[in-house]
Amino acid sequence: MTHVSLQDLTKVYPGAASPALDRLSLEIASGDLVAILGPSGCGKTTAMKMVAGLLSPSAGNILFDGRSVLKDKPNERGSVMVFQNHLLFPYMTVAANVGFGLKMRGVDPVQIAQRVDRMLEQVRLPGLGGRKPSELSGGQQQRVALARALIVQPKVLLLDEPLSNLDAHLRLEMRDLIRTLQQEMSITTIFVTHDQEEAVILADKVALILDGEMRQYDKADMFYRRPADGAVARFFGGRNFIPGTSDGASFEGPFGSVKLPPDAMAGRGELTFRPENVVLGGCGPNQLACLVAQKTFLGTQTRLILNTGGTSIEMTGNPAQFDGVRVGDHITISLPPDTLWMLTA
Amino acid sequence: MSGADGVFTRSFRVITALVLIVWLVLPLIPLGIWSFAKGWFFPDLLPRVWTLDAWEYALSDTAGVMDSLGLTIYISVCATALSILVGVPAGRALGMYRFRGKAAVELAILAPTIVPGIAVALGIHSVFIWLGLANTVNGVILVHLIPTIPYMTLVMAGVFANHDPAFEQQARSLGATPLKTFWYVTLPAILPGIVVGGLFAFLVSWSQYILTLLIGGGRVVTLPLLLFNFATSGRNDIAGAIGMIYILPGVIILCLTARHLSGRSSAVGGYGRL
Repeated sequence: MTHVSLQDLTKVYPGAASPALDRLSLEIASGDLVAILGPSGCGKTTAMKMVAGLLSPSAGNILFDGRSVLKDKPNERGSVMVFQNHLLFPYMTVAANVGFGLKMRGVDPVQIAQRVDRMLEQVRLPGLGGRKPSELSGGQQQRVALARALIVQPKVLLLDEPLSNLDAHLRLEMRDLIRTLQQEMSITTIFVTHDQEEAVILADKVALILDGEMRQYDKADMFYRRPADGAVARFFGGRNFIPGTSDGASFEGPFGSVKLPPDAMAGRGELTFRPENVVLGGCGPNQLACLVAQKTFLGTQTRLILNTGGTSIEMTGNPAQFDGVRVGDHITISLPPDTLWMLTA
Repeated sequence: MSGADGVFTRSFRVITALVLIVWLVLPLIPLGIWSFAKGWFFPDLLPRVWTLDAWEYALSDTAGVMDSLGLTIYISVCATALSILVGVPAGRALGMYRFRGKAAVELAILAPTIVPGIAVALGIHSVFIWLGLANTVNGVILVHLIPTIPYMTLVMAGVFANHDPAFEQQARSLGATPLKTFWYVTLPAILPGIVVGGLFAFLVSWSQYILTLLIGGGRVVTLPLLLFNFATSGRNDIAGAIGMIYILPGVIILCLTARHLSGRSSAVGGYGRL
């Protein structure tokens, strides 16, 4: 159980024009699983390597339980990093790989063997200790890498894109495994990913980094309901951005006035709402009359593009509810105030 | 199409192998015959009289062949060990890192393989006299490093160019000290390269003549010097026997390390090939 705090963590590579990571500050509660989310090349892995001690920051501080670990060497820090491409030592058996960290800590070989067996069971690979890593499938290799990190019961577990090399069904399995083991062992965990879905499902809290700068650090649902700015909303798949002004209570835009939630900001900016939160039919406040311009069947959802007041709105929903709706129809929709959010410039 | 190609490639390989073997082995045959001959003159295809005299002499105490063999092994082993000590870190720097003046360092390391050894040795000789290293075994070992280190370094640079340092970071993160990381993670990956590079270094040192002669000043008599003495004094039979002894270590080393020399081995790949 370790509380991790990153304070203004910055990395400037020699000769680079802009910092790879610019003043990242994060408080990570003991036992929490936090995702650092961002597009490739945004400095996520750089941040991880600095926490692991494999890179030294240009500025800023890293504290484990209030104590700066900047002077601790990577092997003394108590943090273990699992790399994206698993990096199992090819000359060692699976058991030797998993037991590597314990061996480095001088644990008695008999005890290592017992703990390795137990750990392999926990990652659902019982009896595979005698194999070479090359004899395992990609998913199995990734689980061995996870086992190798967890067996030393690290203070902080660092996962670099742990799911990106796996195919769809293995991702689900691995995701559940990470979550289960992390909670069982209550290890403070930071993982980096570029996949917002992965971050949302797995993490207690998500830190979104765009252009080397942290934009929002929040519980996952807040990125959908209360995005910090337009870029955050767009990164999370936001589609509706309507320019206009807010007085804090209502929004004045191209399609007239709509009521805002109580915590909305005042000023000029954009009104945003999720396509899936638009309600078909007239009930409640914020009703709008629209013309259906486009209808697309997406499998589990159907998407409508609606024209109203010279602007267009996108909505999605269960295909069955749109059975009667045709392109060219006039329909009424409503925007529940709680699902609206004002992004001020 | 590919089948025909396969047959062609295979027969080409067999022919190349045969030519190589003939080229390498044929010159050794007369050497072997001479060592058992008592006079062997034109137009005889084989010597008229066979004898073990040359071998008896070569293996006797008076010839000093055994002393010379021991000395040559000692010098070559030391030169190889020192080349490994220098060549592994140097190869790592050249293969893995970018730094200012890298091209100049590369040139400096390659220079001894381009510049004639005798020119270098003459310059070093005066320095070694001043340092008291001329005419000593240690001096000879040191001067052998001039041609051996480039080979070792170049082989290791190739190995490290394919080496993924992330494995070392992973080991460090799992709790390994730098020393343990090298021992458990880096060394197994680069060992085939060290074997191949060390083999080159050993053979290069083993066959040094000029450098040994100049720096050793005739006091450090390695096998090639002894061999040359007998060869120039017309004792083809004794030269033949010493020659056979001289090629032995090379053959033994080659057999022991043959598996590392194949193109499929990781000697040129490190972790990258696995």
